[in-house]
Amino acid sequence: MTDFVAPTVDWAALSPVVIVLLAAVVGVLVEAFVPARVRRTVQLAIALAALAGAVIAVALLWSGVEETGGTVVLGGSLLVDGPTLVLQATIALLALVSLLIIADRTETGEDAFAPNAAAVPGSDYEEAARRKGVQQTEIYPLVLFATGGMLIFPATGDLLTLFVALEVLSLPLYLLTGMARRRRLLSQEASMKYFLLGAFSSALLLFGIALVYGYSGSLRYSEISEATQVPGGLDSLLLVGSVLILSGLLFKVGAVPFHTWTPDVYQGAPTPITGFMAACTKVAAFGALLRVVYTMLPGLAWDLGVLLWTVAILTMVVGTVAALVQTDMKRVLGYSSIAHAGFILTGIIALNEAGIVAVLFYLLVYGAATVGAFGIVWLVRERAGMVGGAGGSEGDSPILGEATHLSQWAGLGRTHPLLALTFALFLLSFAGIPLTAGFAGKFSVFSAAVEGGAWPLALIGVLASSVAVFFYVRIIVLMFFTEPAGAEETGTAVTALAPSAEGFALGADSTVAVEAEPVVQTRSTVTTTVVGTEGLAVVAIAFCALVTIVLGVFPSPVLDLIASVATFLA
Amino acid sequence: MHTLTTLVASLPTGLSADTIAPASETVRAGVLLVAPLLVGLPLLSAAVLLLAGRRSDRWGHWLGVLASAASFVVAAIVFVTMLQRPEDSRVIDVSLGTWIDAGAFQLDAGMRLDPLSMTFVLLVTFVGTLIHVYAVAYMDHDVDRRRFFAYLNLFVAAMLILVLADSYLLLFVGWEGVGLASYLLIGFWNYNTEYAVAAKKAFVANRIGDLGLIIALGIMFATFGAVDFGTVLSGVDGSAGQGTLTAIGLMLLLAACGKSAQFPLQSWLGDAMAGPTPVSALIHAATMVTAGVYLIVRSAPLFDAAPTAQLVVVIVGAITLLFGAIVGCAKDDIKKALAASTMSQIGYMILAAGLGPVGYAFAIFHLITHGFFKAGMFLGAGSVMHGMDDQVNMRRFGGLARYMTITWLTFMAGWLAIIGIPPFSGFWSKDKIIEAAFVPVDGAPWRAWVFGTITMLAAGITAFYMSRLFFMTFEGERRWSTKRDGSAQHPHESPRLMTWPMIVLAVGSVGLGAFLALGDRFVDWLAPVLGHPEHHEPVLPVWVITVLTLALVIAGVVLAWRRYAISQVPVVPPVGTALTRAARVDLYQDSVNDIALVEPGQALTRSLVYADRTAIDGTVTGVGLSTVLLGGWVRRVQTGYVRSYAASMLLGLVVLVVVVLLVQS
Repeated sequence: MTDFVAPTVDWAALSPVVIVLLAAVVGVLVEAFVPARVRRTVQLAIALAALAGAVIAVALLWSGVEETGGTVVLGGSLLVDGPTLVLQATIALLALVSLLIIADRTETGEDAFAPNAAAVPGSDYEEAARRKGVQQTEIYPLVLFATGGMLIFPATGDLLTLFVALEVLSLPLYLLTGMARRRRLLSQEASMKYFLLGAFSSALLLFGIALVYGYSGSLRYSEISEATQVPGGLDSLLLVGSVLILSGLLFKVGAVPFHTWTPDVYQGAPTPITGFMAACTKVAAFGALLRVVYTMLPGLAWDLGVLLWTVAILTMVVGTVAALVQTDMKRVLGYSSIAHAGFILTGIIALNEAGIVAVLFYLLVYGAATVGAFGIVWLVRERAGMVGGAGGSEGDSPILGEATHLSQWAGLGRTHPLLALTFALFLLSFAGIPLTAGFAGKFSVFSAAVEGGAWPLALIGVLASSVAVFFYVRIIVLMFFTEPAGAEETGTAVTALAPSAEGFALGADSTVAVEAEPVVQTRSTVTTTVVGTEGLAVVAIAFCALVTIVLGVFPSPVLDLIASVATFLA
Repeated sequence: MHTLTTLVASLPTGLSADTIAPASETVRAGVLLVAPLLVGLPLLSAAVLLLAGRRSDRWGHWLGVLASAASFVVAAIVFVTMLQRPEDSRVIDVSLGTWIDAGAFQLDAGMRLDPLSMTFVLLVTFVGTLIHVYAVAYMDHDVDRRRFFAYLNLFVAAMLILVLADSYLLLFVGWEGVGLASYLLIGFWNYNTEYAVAAKKAFVANRIGDLGLIIALGIMFATFGAVDFGTVLSGVDGSAGQGTLTAIGLMLLLAACGKSAQFPLQSWLGDAMAGPTPVSALIHAATMVTAGVYLIVRSAPLFDAAPTAQLVVVIVGAITLLFGAIVGCAKDDIKKALAASTMSQIGYMILAAGLGPVGYAFAIFHLITHGFFKAGMFLGAGSVMHGMDDQVNMRRFGGLARYMTITWLTFMAGWLAIIGIPPFSGFWSKDKIIEAAFVPVDGAPWRAWVFGTITMLAAGITAFYMSRLFFMTFEGERRWSTKRDGSAQHPHESPRLMTWPMIVLAVGSVGLGAFLALGDRFVDWLAPVLGHPEHHEPVLPVWVITVLTLALVIAGVVLAWRRYAISQVPVVPPVGTALTRAARVDLYQDSVNDIALVEPGQALTRSLVYADRTAIDGTVTGVGLSTVLLGGWVRRVQTGYVRSYAASMLLGLVVLVVVVLLVQS
């Protein structure tokens, strides 16, 4: 036994992670000691400052890493190299933008979260909390903890840290998923599913780690990589272990066949959280996957190639085809994110430097469009209007939950042209139409794949994206060229405002139902409108749109910047 | 964009600078730097019109006309500058800076100014401007006229990007742009479901074609490591194998088929006539649909090196040529008959482009003359519809010559041009294509006879159906009495804004062909791009070909005269022979598409969705239904629901592990 030697810690290199996690801890203290009246303001300020600080910290580290190629921190548990910094900057930036949407409130002061998430949906207690205007400001530290985990995830240098980071980022997300203000049962159901399936995949990952440790005697990527070079008798141990580790990561990115949770969770979670999750989690998970494939398992490229190819093809095809038949906007975006996971996988399979650059760039452009698109989904609402009832003009009828059914988006381009145009921009970017960032991203991953010899994948990718254009353009056509369905009759819509009651009425086409007595039952009409907000979300959406356009027209500076540091620390 | 700004800033000095720049590959100074304005002006106008909204309703259409006209003036300046340069330095690249640059791949955006692209630029901006003027009057009563002009400007800009691009990728940007503009304009009156469906059909057919272009881009990038014209077209002699070149050629042909409505992707063009008539004239007759011809001629060195692909091009052209001509004989809708004729005439161009160096210049020549006479006839058709309460059924026309003299005369110029009566434009270009088709090919003597005969026969059929159209509309006895609403029909000549463009186009239909053909002006002009074609003797003497063709043409006209001018034309179409009935429904093209493409595609989608639903979403749908019905029972099932997710993950994992282990051993 050697004496324990405390590792020297390079705090500067850790600063992006440390800032965010510290702020999260401070946020917890704020919950305990700051009066409720100003709590939201303080929390928001801390969270925004922390995320901006993380971006700045990355910028300060940049030139050093560009020169030295990166540093090993905490005795090899964390690797601060070029890809780490690019991913951390992307995650922090996207989290910052998402946070603006998460924090925004409608004109009536409602945010996207349940007033009291612990209350039983539809109970008197919940109604009392709602009337009192209680707000759940714990979401800010939760988002920061998740972001902290995400910042660590792609920087990990050994499997144990990888697992810890995965849990740190996942647990807050399970909670956040279940906190939607509207359709609470759907939200809670999604949270439960996400938790159970997430636990399942974590178990797979852990089992894989154990097997790989059994084979190589180490948890460090570099040492495992060396061990795979030496021929040994327990190859199947290594292979099965690697497959399990990969499937744990593929679960997080939502690749087929580990994608089943994605549409349900995306649909059920509060929409701003969905945007945060779809963008940032995917960036972090792909970052980790990239590092594992490039630095831990390059010796197994041939053996695991068949797995990655199969998964990539399935993901592109299933994501695209399933998106074609969806009728719910959030599910469409959910399946589209699955298809995008497939496109990104083709860049990973390329196994060359162009592949690293392409994947990092794609994640940025995909993340920006995703956050923006979900931000807009959050703004498009249903408005109740009574027929033959007490009446009331359009203006003072209550605004309900998000109008997520596709048919409700018809004619939005006529009533809200700028909003619809911005949404169309994001969709075109998803579709990869030239002069949007999505095109530059798709072009770079597919050309990297061709360069890396994976041209059949690129071919399938191109085919899948041209099919995908159909459902993106269908939405654009719906918004601009279709007459609004007008006041559509909904049989048992409920005029009461109780969130859970809406959950019952509007979730009727979903899988949830409860034995809840609607307060008032009447024939009512529901129209689509765009809700006014305090303006944070608009800033965020505008920023995403700007990124999408600028990176579409001038992708080269950013591609150059990424290419200048796109080497993994061995 | 930043280049454009600096350009505008340097414009005054640029104009006063020495107009003859030194003969170099890439021009960085001189008057040619105004070239980006060609695209910039209409694009800017489109943006203004779309963003300004209703505020610009009053003057928006004139801004559109102005942008297009200004673009034409710029084109004329560039053209004159180019004429002043010696012949061997007329191919000029104007760089607009690096577009995408990331180590492994680099793409420059730039414009290639050469006689071929300038020919298109002049055609697009000149005919485009005339049609803009026409549309001011034609769309007078439409509340959305401003939006219409925004789309027209957008189209002009995209079309100019397409022809001015110096790489296949930038060409693709323009290619998608014209597709978008075409889609928006076909569906302009989208409150009519049928029109919206037509727009969608055009969109889908074009996507299939675009797929070809994307795949061609991919193969080019993999083979040559670049997608710009310079590298690709000079690289065909080197590393690339015959198979690769043939694959690229066929994929480019697929793209051309989609855009230019060639067999087997031709079915959308007839339906596209749902758009306003100026659109049919500009996009679906004169310019966009000829983009496929441009693509093939632009890729000439590539096709020269891939004879198999070239043969397929000729076959596709020949099939479409006959197809369009036969369909044209049976259509009673004046615009659809013209659309069929467009298809057929582009068949001539594609066929000529497939003949190789003997045909390239004549393909473009026919494209230009066709641009004039076909646009003129479409505008004429629009004028007739304008005077006849939007009636399009020719069986309801007749004897209109007396009521609309200018339309009648200008239409007659177009008619004589398309059937190839000397000295009208079409004679000079079509005759050359027929001659070129009769030129023997080494090793395949049958080709000259087969394709020569087809082109000659088609000229006869063209004469028949175009004369039928002309006589049914303007000659014979009147078969109209009341409007649809019952009031009396009063055909009248169109306003001057509409007749003047028709007159200008008619002048082109009469004289342009002779002007360009005499002294080989046009062929010499294109020589810097396409080279001087060697002279080959056709298998028949040239005068025999010309006489035979003219005899067939006259026979066609006489036949049409007997059936549609001097004898009674029934208002209700007779049942007709099996061929007539087939031709009326586009030779069953839609049914074939349904059976060959739509049905299997839908079945595939259904089965994939079904698999996803049953195997993965498991009981979701069923549960969803029972949820509503059975309330509390659901909670128990929901556990199973997550379990089915987990089970599918586990199943997938096991399959993957087994596959990996199998591959390893």
